[in-house]
Amino acid sequence: MTDISCSFAGVSLKNPIVMASGTFGFGKEYGALYDINKLGGLSGKGLTLHPKAGNDGIRVAETASGMLNSVGLENPGIAAFLREECPRWETLHLARIVNLGGNTIDEYVEGARLIDEDAAWRKREGRTAVDMIELNISCPNVKAGGVAYGIKTDIARQVVREVRAATSLPLVVKLSPNAEDIVGMAVMCQEEQAEGVSLINTFSAMKIDITKRRSVFDNMYAGLSGPAIKPIALRMVHQVCQAVTIPVMGMGGISSAEDIVEFIMAGAAVVQVGTYNFVHLRAGEQLVDDLTAWMSREGIQTLDEIRGIL
Amino acid sequence: MATVVANQEVAQGVFKLTVQGRFTGKMGQFYMLRAGDRYPLLSRPISIFDITENQIDFLVLVAGEGTALLAGLKTGDTLTLDGPFGNGFPQQIGKTAFVGGGIGIAPFYYALRQVPEADVYLGYSREAYMVEKFRSASRGNVTVDVGGVILDKVDFNAYDTVIACGPHPMLHAVQRKQGQSNGRAKVYVSLENRMACGIGACLVCSVKCKDGRKKACADGPVFLAEEVVFE
Repeated sequence: MTDISCSFAGVSLKNPIVMASGTFGFGKEYGALYDINKLGGLSGKGLTLHPKAGNDGIRVAETASGMLNSVGLENPGIAAFLREECPRWETLHLARIVNLGGNTIDEYVEGARLIDEDAAWRKREGRTAVDMIELNISCPNVKAGGVAYGIKTDIARQVVREVRAATSLPLVVKLSPNAEDIVGMAVMCQEEQAEGVSLINTFSAMKIDITKRRSVFDNMYAGLSGPAIKPIALRMVHQVCQAVTIPVMGMGGISSAEDIVEFIMAGAAVVQVGTYNFVHLRAGEQLVDDLTAWMSREGIQTLDEIRGIL
Repeated sequence: MATVVANQEVAQGVFKLTVQGRFTGKMGQFYMLRAGDRYPLLSRPISIFDITENQIDFLVLVAGEGTALLAGLKTGDTLTLDGPFGNGFPQQIGKTAFVGGGIGIAPFYYALRQVPEADVYLGYSREAYMVEKFRSASRGNVTVDVGGVILDKVDFNAYDTVIACGPHPMLHAVQRKQGQSNGRAKVYVSLENRMACGIGACLVCSVKCKDGRKKACADGPVFLAEEVVFE
C-alpha cells in the first residue's frame, strides 16, 4: 500500500506537494478548476503589512525552459488577507502557509504579530486558517529590503530572530539562490529556531529588448524560474540538507513526479511546485496521481525509503 | 491537447488557425494556446475569432517565438489549449461600434456574428485581411482603413457603445477621444497584456486602473476606457 503522506514542522500533509507562493494566488482560482484539498499544501501569494501595487511595466517574459517575472509582491496586505481569505482557508483540508514579506524589519515583525494574533483567536474558537508562516526574505523584485535581507546572513539573522520571537506558529524561512552563502543561511535559520527552510526562490536575471535598447523590465532585473533552474536548485537543496537537521521544502522547476523524487532523494521533506502551475493549470492534482503511480510502480511504500539517500 | 484542422496565412505574419473540437465562449473572451506540451512553457492569450459547431478559429499575429510556433503548426499537429477565459464584451450594448486596430480586429468577427447590426471599423497598418468575412456577417457598416488612423473615422457621439481592441497607443487614443465626446457612448477597451496563468493567480497581466490594480485575464481583458490608467 503506497503512502505518500508527510509531516513538516509538526504539520501533517497528505502528500509532499505544496503549491509555491506567487503561483497559486490564495487557492481560489485553481480551486475552481480542481479539488485543491488533494494537495499537500499551498503557500499563498506573498503578503506585506501594507497593500502593495507591485511593479509597473512588463511583468513576464519567457526564456529557454523558464520564465522571468517582475510582479514585485503585489498583494492586498495582511489585514485584507485575514479578513477576505481566511474564512475560506478555514474550510480547506491541506497545509495552509502564509508567505510573509516586508520592506523593513518592523514591517516583518508587525506582519507576523498580526498573523499570530489572528491564529490565536481562531484557535480559541476551535478554528484554524493558517498552519505555518513562510518568511520571504528572498524576493528579488522588491528594491527596498526584500532580497537585501536574503543575501547577507548577518542581516537575515536579525529578521529571522525578530519574526521568530513574534509568532508561535511554525516558521519556515524561504531562501534565495542569490544569497552569498545559502548553506550558511540555512544553518543560521536553524540556530535561530526556525522550524524549517524552503528553497529556492527565483534567480535574479535579466532580459534586454534590443530594439528599444533597454531592459524588458522597469525594475531592470527579474526573477528566473522554471525547469531551467532545476539542476541548480537540486544541488542547493542537497547541500542544505547535508548541513541542517530541520526539514527542507525543496523547489525549483519541478514539472513531473520524477522531479519530485529527485528532490526527495536529495533530502527534501516536501517539495513546492511553482511555474509548472502556469504550464498545466491542473498540475497539482496530476502530480499527486503521478507520484502515487511512480511509487506503486517502483514498489516504494513510503517516501522515507528514498528520502535523503544521496 | 487539441488537433489543428487548418492554419492559413491570411496576410504577412497573420495566420488563421483552426482547431478541431466543441468549444464555448462569449464574444470578447480568449483562450490560452501553445504549440506543444512542454515548450514553449507558457501559453499565449489569443482572442476567439470564431466558433462553429466542430471547430474554433483564432487569428495569430507572429509577435515572438510563442506565436511563431503557433504560426508554424500544420494540419494534424496538436497544441495545448485552455479556456475560455476573461470577462468578454458587455451584452446589452444598443447602437454599437466595434473598432479594431491590426490584430485587434480578431475578437470582433465572433462578436459581429452575434450583433450583426453593429458597425465595424477595421484599421490596418500595411495590408487588409478578413474584410470580406466581416462584410458577409454584417448588417451594419464596415469601414476599412489601411495606413491611416481608423479612430478618426469613428464618431463616438453616434453610438451607445464603442468597443475597441488594438495596440496600446490606439487604446490610449480611444480614451482621449472619449474625453472629447458628448458622453453618450459607453466606451470599452480590450487589452492585450502578456499573461502566464490566464485565470487570475499569477498577477503578471496586472492593469493599472483608477481604483487600483486589476487583472487583464480575470477582471478583463475588457475594461471601461475611462477606468484604465494609460502611460
